[in-house]
Amino acid sequence: MTATAIPVTGAAPRRSWAEWLDRQSGRIMVMPAVIVLLCFAIFPLIISAYLSLSRFALAPGGFTLRFIGLANFRKLLTGSQQYHLLGKFGAIGALQWTIMAIVTGGLLFLLARYFLRGRATVVGTFGRLIATLVAFSLALVTVATFAQGGVPGTIVNTLLYVVIGVAVQFGLGLGLALLCGQPIRGRNFFRVLFFIPLMVTPVGIAYTFRMLADMQKGPFAPLLQAFGVSEWSWATEAWSARLMVLVGDTWQWTPFMFIVLLAAIENQPRDQVEAARLDGANGFQIFRDITWPAIAPVAATVVLIRLIEAFKIIDLPNVLTGGGPGLATESMTLHSFIAWRTQDLGGSAAVGYMLLFISTVVCVSFFNFVVRPARRFET
Amino acid sequence: MMRRLFEPATVEEQAPAGKVVTYALLALWSLVVLVPLYWVLITSFKGPGEVDNGPFYIPFVDFTPSLEAWDFMLLQNYTLGPYLNSVVVALASTLLAVLIGSLAAYALVRIRFQAKLAGVAVFLILLVAVIIAVATFGVQWEVAVAVAGALFLISLLTFVGRTRLALGNSDVEFWIISNRIMPPIVAVLPIYVMFQQLRLLDTQVALIATYTAVNLPIVVWLTRDFFAGIPLDLEESAEIDGASKFRVFFTIALPLVRSGLVATFLLVLILAWNEYLLALFLSNAKAQTMPVLVSAQNTTRGPQWWNMSVLIVVMIAPVVVIASVLQKHIARGLLVGAVKG
Repeated sequence: MTATAIPVTGAAPRRSWAEWLDRQSGRIMVMPAVIVLLCFAIFPLIISAYLSLSRFALAPGGFTLRFIGLANFRKLLTGSQQYHLLGKFGAIGALQWTIMAIVTGGLLFLLARYFLRGRATVVGTFGRLIATLVAFSLALVTVATFAQGGVPGTIVNTLLYVVIGVAVQFGLGLGLALLCGQPIRGRNFFRVLFFIPLMVTPVGIAYTFRMLADMQKGPFAPLLQAFGVSEWSWATEAWSARLMVLVGDTWQWTPFMFIVLLAAIENQPRDQVEAARLDGANGFQIFRDITWPAIAPVAATVVLIRLIEAFKIIDLPNVLTGGGPGLATESMTLHSFIAWRTQDLGGSAAVGYMLLFISTVVCVSFFNFVVRPARRFET
Repeated sequence: MMRRLFEPATVEEQAPAGKVVTYALLALWSLVVLVPLYWVLITSFKGPGEVDNGPFYIPFVDFTPSLEAWDFMLLQNYTLGPYLNSVVVALASTLLAVLIGSLAAYALVRIRFQAKLAGVAVFLILLVAVIIAVATFGVQWEVAVAVAGALFLISLLTFVGRTRLALGNSDVEFWIISNRIMPPIVAVLPIYVMFQQLRLLDTQVALIATYTAVNLPIVVWLTRDFFAGIPLDLEESAEIDGASKFRVFFTIALPLVRSGLVATFLLVLILAWNEYLLALFLSNAKAQTMPVLVSAQNTTRGPQWWNMSVLIVVMIAPVVVIASVLQKHIARGLLVGAVKG
């Protein structure tokens, strides 16, 4: 910024303008991205924050917005909408107490380990405290709503989709990638074939699986009738409906895990594998000592990418089950969408903010506590 | 080279039993992938009769395929409009996102710069002030924005430059990428109102702009690693020859990361092509895209499976073809992003 000290002579203005442009080119290059994100992310976020703190009502000739503080959040967490977001708590028995004791113990152990290392920073402590609190509350809500007589709400449903879905997709994707990573014929054929579901629109997947799961006219109907279950419908029971959503989600997203993990496996140090094999190591030992360390950073990152996207699930449950039976398959995004459709804009924004909060804490924690160590492990 | 390294020589090494299990498992998953797709494809050649009278599996053997549904959806119904919308919106938003995103990623990797924290703070405060002024005091939004813009410029020219605290490249980068975590449902209501105010609701422009913004973080995330991976000396020698940063970017850096750009382009294209929630809010008739049209097939008479299957087939066919041809690039591109991202 001291370049202006050079005396400007007659022919200089045009050149100095070009110089200024070149000096500022970094900012100019970033500017479009920043402007786009300001318009479509930051600005809407602030307005949504305002909406979540107010009550929206249609009025003659338009609408009115009245500031009501945290009432929308209070309604969701402790008031009339609690059953919707958090669910209905069941009777907490010995099993639930045991699970919560284990979770609490584990979280406290992790916190204690951090402090005992003696390298605690203010930011690190703050982040860990928030992550611990969120993990504890989510575990509590999950355990309480799964207890006898409880009904899970949209938070727990979303968590189920995220945790079970991502875990199953990762397991299947890794398994398929390991199979395909072996010296087999037709690897490229499988690679192309297994990739296809990723490109099908989720709405299309939802309808496709509704067709497939049709008890009277679907392709598996004769099979089901042979077992005498044709009267039963998966859409009327909570767990089978959730399972359908998970099956559709898994069908779509396993390819993503597969394709990236396969590329990582193909990149692992070939000579080490050969050497280990010559020394008589078995497949599991090779996987544990060579393959896994080599692909761990990639694995952590694909799981992170999937986590980020999994929290946003709406298309599948909306089309497959409409969120039913009851609330059994309703995700938080769908919850927010339904609130919007019933003109409860404040409630809709509040649910959206709850989702934003949870997914941010989970994803940032995952990045800091899993992805980063996994990368350090590699180098 | 790769092929010679680990395909033929080691095939015999595997025990025959293990090989059988491997192929059996792979064949099983192939079935899992293919059965749904096959069912959609043959359902599109069925009519109400064939669907309702129980499952039929093989065309020409247990039912006679007809083109009725195809004729109905493509020629009699207005399917081409949404299809064209989808093509335009997906292509335009992907092009924009890749252009803007790779520009930003390049600058973040190669050029050191700072954003003054005070400037950011002033901007945010003014933004909140404008929103409050418009929402609670009923000020015209045009007036509020103009006043705030002027105030922001004045503050930039006066005190902001003298402050010390600043955000570096990595802060800006983290901020851009972290935008992807935001669930679209949080932002979609204000975006809806914004386009309503600008009278752009239910237009392709609204969808293009929104999709560009939504996919921008992914582009930055992936392309930054491609740029970080190319050697510096080419760019440096060009700069010594007097080329501007923009010139270096377009003539040297971009061509060097071609294959990575292809991967990014394809991934973003698929995301934009399949996007549902934002399209549901921002379009209803004129700018309707395919996912919304597909989901709207659930009529009061129950879903018309045959018509819907036609829509699903025409929707997935082009991306399947493109991505199958280019999928090797995708895997490699994603791998680079995932390793260093």
